[in-house]
Amino acid sequence: MSFIRKLACAILVVVIVAALGANWFARADYATQFREAPNAPPSRAHLLGTDDIGRDRLSRTLYGTRISLLLAPTAALLSTLMAALIGGVAGYLGGIWERLAMALTDLFLSLPWLFLLITVRALLPLNVSPFVSVVVTFLMLGLLGWAASARVLCAGARSLRNSGLLLQARALGLHGIRLFAVHVVPNLRPILLAQFWVSIPVFILSEANLGILGLGVAEPMPSWGSLLKELEGLTSLGDQPWRLVPLVLLILVVTSFQVILSSEEVTA
Amino acid sequence: MIRRVSCLSVTILVLLGFAPGSELRFCLRNEPRTFNPLLVEDDASETVRYLTGGVLVRSNRQTQKLEPELAVSWKLSKDGRQITFQLRNGVSFSDGTPFSADDVDYTIKQMMDPALHSPTGDAFRSGTGTVNAQVLAPDRITITFPAPVAGLDQLFDQVAILSAHSSNKEKAVLGPFMVADYKPGSSLVLNRNPNYWKTDGQGHKLPYLNAIRLDIQPNRDIEVLRFKRGELDLINSLDSEYFDRLASTSANLVHDAGPSLDSEQMWFNQVAKAPIPDYKRKWFRSTNFRRAVSMAINREDLSRVVFNGHARPAIGPISTANKFWFNQALKTDAYSPDAALAKLQLDGFHLQNGTLRDAVGNAVEFSIITNAGNKYRERMAVLIQQDLQKIGVKINVVTLDFPSLIERISQSFNYEAAMLGLTNVDLDPNGQMNVWLSSSENHQWNPQEKFPETAWEAEIDKLMREQASASDPKKRKKAFDRVQQIVAEQAPFIYLVNRNALSAVSISVSGATPVILRPQTYWNIERLTITTETARR
Amino acid sequence: MVWRIIRHLLAVVAIVLVGGLACATLVRFAPGFATDEQQLDPRLSAESLQALHQSHQAERNILRFYAGYMKRAVRGDLGISHSLNQPVSTLFRDRIPVTLRLVAAGLALGWAIALSLALTTALARANAYSLVAIALSGALLCIPAAVLAVLSVLLNTPGYLAIALIVFPKVFTYSRSLLSRAYSSPHIIAARAKGLSALRILFWHVLPVTAPSLLAVAGISVSLALGAAIPIEALCGLAGIGDLAWQAALGRDLPLLVNITILVALITLIANSGADVVGHALRGQES
Repeated sequence: MSFIRKLACAILVVVIVAALGANWFARADYATQFREAPNAPPSRAHLLGTDDIGRDRLSRTLYGTRISLLLAPTAALLSTLMAALIGGVAGYLGGIWERLAMALTDLFLSLPWLFLLITVRALLPLNVSPFVSVVVTFLMLGLLGWAASARVLCAGARSLRNSGLLLQARALGLHGIRLFAVHVVPNLRPILLAQFWVSIPVFILSEANLGILGLGVAEPMPSWGSLLKELEGLTSLGDQPWRLVPLVLLILVVTSFQVILSSEEVTA
Repeated sequence: MIRRVSCLSVTILVLLGFAPGSELRFCLRNEPRTFNPLLVEDDASETVRYLTGGVLVRSNRQTQKLEPELAVSWKLSKDGRQITFQLRNGVSFSDGTPFSADDVDYTIKQMMDPALHSPTGDAFRSGTGTVNAQVLAPDRITITFPAPVAGLDQLFDQVAILSAHSSNKEKAVLGPFMVADYKPGSSLVLNRNPNYWKTDGQGHKLPYLNAIRLDIQPNRDIEVLRFKRGELDLINSLDSEYFDRLASTSANLVHDAGPSLDSEQMWFNQVAKAPIPDYKRKWFRSTNFRRAVSMAINREDLSRVVFNGHARPAIGPISTANKFWFNQALKTDAYSPDAALAKLQLDGFHLQNGTLRDAVGNAVEFSIITNAGNKYRERMAVLIQQDLQKIGVKINVVTLDFPSLIERISQSFNYEAAMLGLTNVDLDPNGQMNVWLSSSENHQWNPQEKFPETAWEAEIDKLMREQASASDPKKRKKAFDRVQQIVAEQAPFIYLVNRNALSAVSISVSGATPVILRPQTYWNIERLTITTETARR
Repeated sequence: MVWRIIRHLLAVVAIVLVGGLACATLVRFAPGFATDEQQLDPRLSAESLQALHQSHQAERNILRFYAGYMKRAVRGDLGISHSLNQPVSTLFRDRIPVTLRLVAAGLALGWAIALSLALTTALARANAYSLVAIALSGALLCIPAAVLAVLSVLLNTPGYLAIALIVFPKVFTYSRSLLSRAYSSPHIIAARAKGLSALRILFWHVLPVTAPSLLAVAGISVSLALGAAIPIEALCGLAGIGDLAWQAALGRDLPLLVNITILVALITLIANSGADVVGHALRGQES
């Protein structure tokens, strides 16, 4: 294993352990408000300072990591699977199926799904638990985030459809689902992986933006998205660079995942 | 001698770098929805109206006294139904059309036209029947209302006079500026009205400024950034966190005029047909429950933590800054979780393993909705969540986009508690009539009651009608003092804080004295000046 | 080929029409429809409030509204925006060029950076170079668009740069995966071993294979850029369609939203259909 890959693994292990062990590592509950010290700089008591209402930022980062690390990849996996099913199958089948699927995809890309999300929020009870709210949010993101890569997967599957590889496989007696699963999907892997990597941070950020619709993580539960939203007051960061820690953490995690799982492409 | 003094004054001004003219620059938070002064509803349109509209009387935002403008004098009848204006002579609209009583007549007719649904006109509607404007002379007009109108003369501060004869109806204005260029989504430029009637003490024509540039900028971070870079000359309404940021580097640029007239409050849904469980409706309709929640909220912390000390605990519907109308006998509910629990026990609530339960054992849990994107309300909700946790109450904070929120509080009534703010444009509480009348759509906690459902609401209805029809300010004050007393006792609204009026003014602007009444910084726009470009940089 | 183009055009028209109706339906049945902030103004009389509620009456029957809209639209009347009180056609006339310029420049720059980095990382043997590129694209994916917009204002850089920085990491991730895969295929390794030049391999063996997928990525990057335009325009003070779209959504401005959806659908479909047609032409040339 290369040094870089080992480093990436180590970073991920540290982050995951810290997140899972937040109960032990965090000095305070993520909701406790130290009202005498709002917006405090880092200190012994608060290693990453406190937020606008005095909550320990390190605690919120650790607990927020759990939520985002668990749910964002799950939503990304869901959207990737849907893209593979819809785009991949459409490209593989071709003809009218491909045309219909791509028309549906284009329509999907154009519609303002904001209103569906608003409707989902309206259908949820107001007293839904913060965890259920965030699960529903990521589920919606997963269900809505497939369209763009479905197009790319369709183009990829279309190219494979008449390729020598598949002609040979057909000649050997492989057809239908087996042909698709054994020969088409593995060759679409680069696009599937790309979709997966891109979706994780996109969903984390989208979850925070969905707070404006009443979805996303409800207070006082933290998430990376809500922590990153603090960066929107960027003009003050010159005085408070510790606010960048969640962003640095997210970048490290996303990059580490990419390095580990796409290492054969890095070394090609 | 006077001419020599005037020349000397101008010379001194020029030597000091005061360029007569120049352009004042600040931001509008949204696109103006209308340039028709009678249909103004939003802040951006109100700004344009203030800067371009000529009014008969103006409430001096600093002294809070009514001053003559296009009317040199006025007389109110004893019954408060009639007002007669003596108009200024020799005044013209920006397009040169002469101003006369016909224009006032025309404006009143337009404003009171039921088909127009003018918000300005609605403020004058005190009873059924038509409003009669009678032109007595080219410079004299009497306006008679079907019923007494509380604070009648003050209301004319909001009525920009339209031209009856100009072909350019909305564009012909009597104010210090006129709309010159409008780029939707981008900016609005107002030029000096060459026919503006006002002069300063030395006889110089006002306004001093040549132009005003209003950039449309919804984002406050960027507004502050541009102010710091010198691209803007003032920020009319500054958030507390930006106030402190600016104050840390340039304390002389920021102004805290003290508590404003605006308040932040929360209330419980008491609507009979609301789709909420009956046991929760019972809680919300209990005065003891509402008072207990009020006592459990630490308002000092809200002011200190959320607003960085730039707010005061609110006591009632009237801010302490409104010296005449505020009921001085009232005190805010002191923060006391123990007193809150004692109050709740009167209704059979009890603590069980840290959770508050009602008399039949239901855990006390409810949601508070507020509008997303307002970080101060979101933070207040989170602090209140923690405060109420200390008495065993579980709160779920739900932020919603504004249309969804409005739909819940005014149509579906599918909510439990809500938190919003009230913006008071003027001092007179008669403007809040539709909040207090139980039959009104804006009677937020239980709108459009067929008849008052409680004795105290019936009493408030009676008192509000009484103060609306009385012309004696002392009688009105007595009635409204009692309204405030009832509100404090019954807590249909739990008032949280009154925010301070914060603003920022560049050193290049001269003559600005920020106050609490809107518009805080440019209320005396015709007398503001800009120093030279060098000083600006 | 001509028939293919005609078929695509017909599909575009059909999808646009369906899209407009779907948007109208979504907006109509979403909570908050027909509400107005003005309702909360305590000055308004009961009659004025009633008039406010009635003002959205024509939009309640969505089929009737859409049919009426279509009838007027063919005459060039796109309706009136009730949140901005202006004709939609005027708003579009002023704002579309702003967005098109912003998106076009952002896409061009984003693609230029993404493709050059993707190619060089696919070709480069040095892991460090690839890692830096991956880290850079990962970092940009993680930065909220609003932050990029504020940075753009802070540093006085043009708005299209922010769009480019949003588009680049996504395009880079896809194209790097495709190109890396292509370069590691046996026939490319064989071509390298035989001493073919890098440029010849790229233009004759790699791009033709990856072109259909890259074209598909190009098509969807237009949607990405349009989506990114919303926060960028709003924060950078650019009066474009993106800024309008957000205001319209929050104001439940049905006439404006239907028009914006149709416009976005048109641009998306033209971009994706164009990618399909060119991709097909290239495959035809290849075979």
